[in-house]
This record gives sequence, C-alpha cells and structure tokens, in this order.
Amino acid sequence: MLNRYLRMCGLALTIVPFTACGGGGSAPSEADATPALIQLDGSSTVFPISEAVAEEFQKANPNVRVTVGISGTGGGFQKFCRAETDISDASRPIRPAEIEACQKAGIEYIELPVAYDGLAIVVNPKNTWADHITVAELKTLWTPEAQGKILRWNQVRASWPNRDIRLFGAGVDSGTYDYFTEATVGKEGASRGDFTSSEDDNVLVQGVSSDELALGFLPLAYVEQNRSKLKLVPVDDGKADNGEGPVTSTAETVRNGTYQPLSRPLFIYVARKAAERPEVQRFVESYFSSAALMREVGYVELTPQLYDLAAQHFAERRVGTAFGAGGSQVGMTLEKLLTREQ
Amino acid sequence: MKRVEFLIEWGLFGCALLSIGTTIGIILVLTIETVSFLRQVPIADFLFGTEWTPLFATPRFGVLPLVAGTMLVSAIAMLVALPMGLLSAVYLSEYADERLRRAVKPVLEILAGVPTVVYGYFALLFVTPLLQAVAPTLAGFNALSPGLVMGIMILPLVSSLSEDAMRGVPRGLREGSYALGATKMQTSLRVVVPAAFSGITAAFILAVSRAIGETMIVAIAAGQQPRLTADPRVPVETMTAYIVQVSLGDTPQGTLEYRTIFAVGMLLFIGTFGLNLVSTWLRERYREEYA
Repeated sequence: MLNRYLRMCGLALTIVPFTACGGGGSAPSEADATPALIQLDGSSTVFPISEAVAEEFQKANPNVRVTVGISGTGGGFQKFCRAETDISDASRPIRPAEIEACQKAGIEYIELPVAYDGLAIVVNPKNTWADHITVAELKTLWTPEAQGKILRWNQVRASWPNRDIRLFGAGVDSGTYDYFTEATVGKEGASRGDFTSSEDDNVLVQGVSSDELALGFLPLAYVEQNRSKLKLVPVDDGKADNGEGPVTSTAETVRNGTYQPLSRPLFIYVARKAAERPEVQRFVESYFSSAALMREVGYVELTPQLYDLAAQHFAERRVGTAFGAGGSQVGMTLEKLLTREQ
Repeated sequence: MKRVEFLIEWGLFGCALLSIGTTIGIILVLTIETVSFLRQVPIADFLFGTEWTPLFATPRFGVLPLVAGTMLVSAIAMLVALPMGLLSAVYLSEYADERLRRAVKPVLEILAGVPTVVYGYFALLFVTPLLQAVAPTLAGFNALSPGLVMGIMILPLVSSLSEDAMRGVPRGLREGSYALGATKMQTSLRVVVPAAFSGITAAFILAVSRAIGETMIVAIAAGQQPRLTADPRVPVETMTAYIVQVSLGDTPQGTLEYRTIFAVGMLLFIGTFGLNLVSTWLRERYREEYA
C-alpha cells in the first residue's frame, strides 16, 4: 500500500536520491487563523499521489491542513457517502452500491481521473528469449497452483530454455500486488508465495537487474527510471480490440488504453459541497498541474489535454460518474470518458 | 553529604534498573504476542512447517525456511570468520611483536565498527557482481555474498576474543613446551590453542550468535524469499530479514500476520540467548582453570 511512498523514505534511501521526504505532515498554522481542513480517504494506491500533492499544497498554503487516510477504495467511499470526507481516492470507478449510498445521503460528487497505474513485466537485459508474454502465461506462472511446480522457463513456454526462473514482485501489502493478481490470476490477492516479494521497489529492480533468470512486475514509472537495467516484456492479452498482439508498456500505450490488462486509471471523487470551498478548489486544481509529481511517486501522468478536460469538468461541477453501470470498462479510454455528453 | 551519597546510589541503581526493565519489557512483549500467535497457529505447524507465506491469501506459518536461511548465511559467515579469526588471533598472540600487535589490533577492530548497512550494500553492489563474474548463474540476491561479508564483519570479534583467551594462557605452559624442544608453531597450535580452548569456543559461539542476529546485511543482500534450501546461490530470507520486511510494510497491528514477527523474534531471541549463555558458561570455566 504505502510502498511507493515508503520506498522514498525507507531503507532504500541509500540507492535513490532523496526526493519527497521530510517536510510533510502537519502544516504550520498561522498564529491567528485556525487552519482550514481538507479530509481525504480511500485507495492506498492513490494515497502516494494525494499525499505528495497535499504536501506540496500545504507548503504553498500553510493555513490549510490536508489529511489523507488509507481505508481502501471501498472503505473510502463508505466514509465519503456518509459525508465524513471531502475527497475520496479511488483506484477503480465508483460501484453501483456506492452510487446508491451516496444518492441516499444526498452526496453529489465530481469524478476526476488524476493518473494511470501501469504495471510492467520486466526481465534481465541479458535475457534473450522472453520477447513477449501472454496474460495466460502470466496466469500459469503466478497462480497459487504454480507454487513449487512451475520453476523453469520452459514450463511457461516450451520454446523457452530449460533453466530456473526466479520471480520478483511487489509486496503483498501493496495495491500493485492486488492489481497484478487481479489482472493476471483473476482473483485479488491470490498468487504463489515462493517469489521475492518486497514493498521496496528498489529491491526488485536490483534483483531483476542482477539475475539473468529473473522475471518480475513493477510499477511502470519506476521501470522508466531504471530503463538501462531492465528489459520490458510486451504483454499480449489475446484480445484484438485494444491493440493486437503483444503491446509494450510505455506511458503512451498506458494512456491510450492498449496496454491491457496491466494498466488502469486512478480517480479522485470530490464532494460537490466541498468543491464550493475555495481551499478545496485550489487543492483539487493542484492535481492537474502535478504531472512531475505523479511520475515521481511511481505513476503515469495523464496527457495535458486530459488534465485540461478534467479541470474543465471540475470547473463546470459536472457531477455523477461516467461508469453508469459501474465497474471498470476495459478498452474505454479516458478521452472517450471525459468527452462523453459533449 | 550523606544525602548526596544516597541520591547517587539510587541514581546508579535506577540506571541499572532501566536496562533490566527494558529487557524484561522486551521479553514480556515477545511472550504475550507469541502466545497469542500460538493460540491461532499450532506450535508444531510453526516449528516444523516447511512453507512460510504468512502474508499471502493462503497463509502458511512454517518457520523452517526462515531458520534454514539464517543457518545457511550464518554457516557461510562462520566458514570465513572462524579460520581467519583464529589464525589472526594465533598470529597476534604468539608471533607479532608488541608494537605491531598494538597497531594491528585496533585496525582489525575498525572492521567491527563499520555500520552494517555499509556492509550490506558492499555485499550487494560489490561482492555479488564480483562473484557473478566467476559464477554467472549466481542470483543477484543470494546467501553466499552476505555470508562472506558477514564473516569479514565478525572476524574481529573472533580474533579479538580468541586472542584474549590465548594471552591468558600462563607463560609457564609455553616455556615448558619450548623446554621440551617444540618449535613456535608446535607451541602455538598444540599447547596454547588447546589450553585456551574454552575461551576460543566461547568466542566462536558468541560469533555464531552475532551472525544469527545480524540484520542489515541479509536484509539488503540476501533477498526476501523464504526458501527451504542449502543452495547458497539463490535468494533466501533470514528470520531477521523477515522482521524487517514486515515492519517496513504496513501490515496492520494486532493481526495474525503482524504477530508472526513476534513469534519469529521470540525464536531468534531464544536461539541467541541460549548461545550467549553457553558462551558465558564456557568463559567462566576457562577463567577458573588458570586463576
């Protein structure tokens, strides 16, 4: 959950240059004014984004205090629909039951995409055989049944060498792990247990980059910072409608929705009532100008046009969700979403 | 005046009490959490299970892979530290002249003063690539490299304590040996070393306990994959590295997953505590012999 943020503050400091640590937390309050409070809660995947944006925002606005909780997307919406929070972080669109709960409580909300979460499959640069991998092969490799059985490359694909395969992946506490297992194995949190699992992405980069037989999954933005040490493996989801054949994960393929199923948009939901407050307005708008920050905490930022569109939605206070039926819609790009009913 | 004496006495007592209190506190916390862990996981599953996946959807709480990882790394460390430590102790105690000894010993002890995190990255970023040049199939995280580096780290502990033990051997024994016509080498290895045996063993055991409890080096360079193996070329996870891993993540407090670190900590504590007791006992014995 916290992994993307922790890795910047945690043990790994000795490898990565110091970036976003320190400072944060409570904002210094002005002597006279009681600080205005903005409350966020929700997805642990979106948390690093909101936390980073909040930190920058509080530096510029010392008399506003922003708190960011981590209750998970579902837990966040529960609080949000009880009017306990101003903004809800979500790693998936709002679900029908949650839409209903909010409706009952008379909570109107503005749905805003803030970034993409992309997962890359990586191998060692010396690996000559893994030119692409299918989602079915990923499932074979990572399913709980594979534990202790699928141990060699040629067990995944017969044409691959008869050598050990050494697996690396995000820690089980992280949203990255949840999402990866859901997208490949088909059930959130279900995977084999015999792989190197670390909350610290640096450990994974180090592990894969120093082991010829390694395969791992990592947040895409993190791979881009270590491009020379890792080789990206294109992923084929076996569906032609969102890009035929294997698709290489890049910021571009994540943005245009062809790198499926290992990428997804992340959202914040702003309560309509809270959006009337000037400090909330300024805070939400600061998401749209934080592209570099998104990258820094491990995500893929939206295109400037999309941020403009999102900002426009926010300015128009367009309430409701684009995901009427609920659930995420594969292949639906944010462009299509944001330009609906225009 | 008397009052000042009284205050000082109680102040000193307080200081002593503080460390004892801390120890008792640690043991209490470990025990309480371990007991509530064992209430949910049968002790046989914990001690003899061969799979350790407490954080996964289908949790298994067999601690053996962690124990195996710890043993493997410690064994490699001892393979380095024991012979080298003992030999340098023999040299320093029997061969080196006083001036050289005074110069070399502190330098050797600097090794023990290097922060372990530095050793960790030394193993990961320097020793591992070096070893990979020789053995290309060596994984980036492995037991070998941190084991070797840890051996270097505890070398001064072994040499320093062993040397103290050897210097404690009465001069008369050496002179007796020389009088019988023994060479210096024979005297050192066949008279002094056996005479100092219990002290040397105590040093060894202390070193083993240090190796088992060592955390940073293995957390950084050995990998984080609990694996029941004796193969030093693949990633393993030690008990200490597991505790670090869970403490760094955000496993909620009070859950079974969280309690695993106390159960593992308890096992670690019992292990090193037992070894330290044996070591102390051996040293006591040796003191009596030549007192």
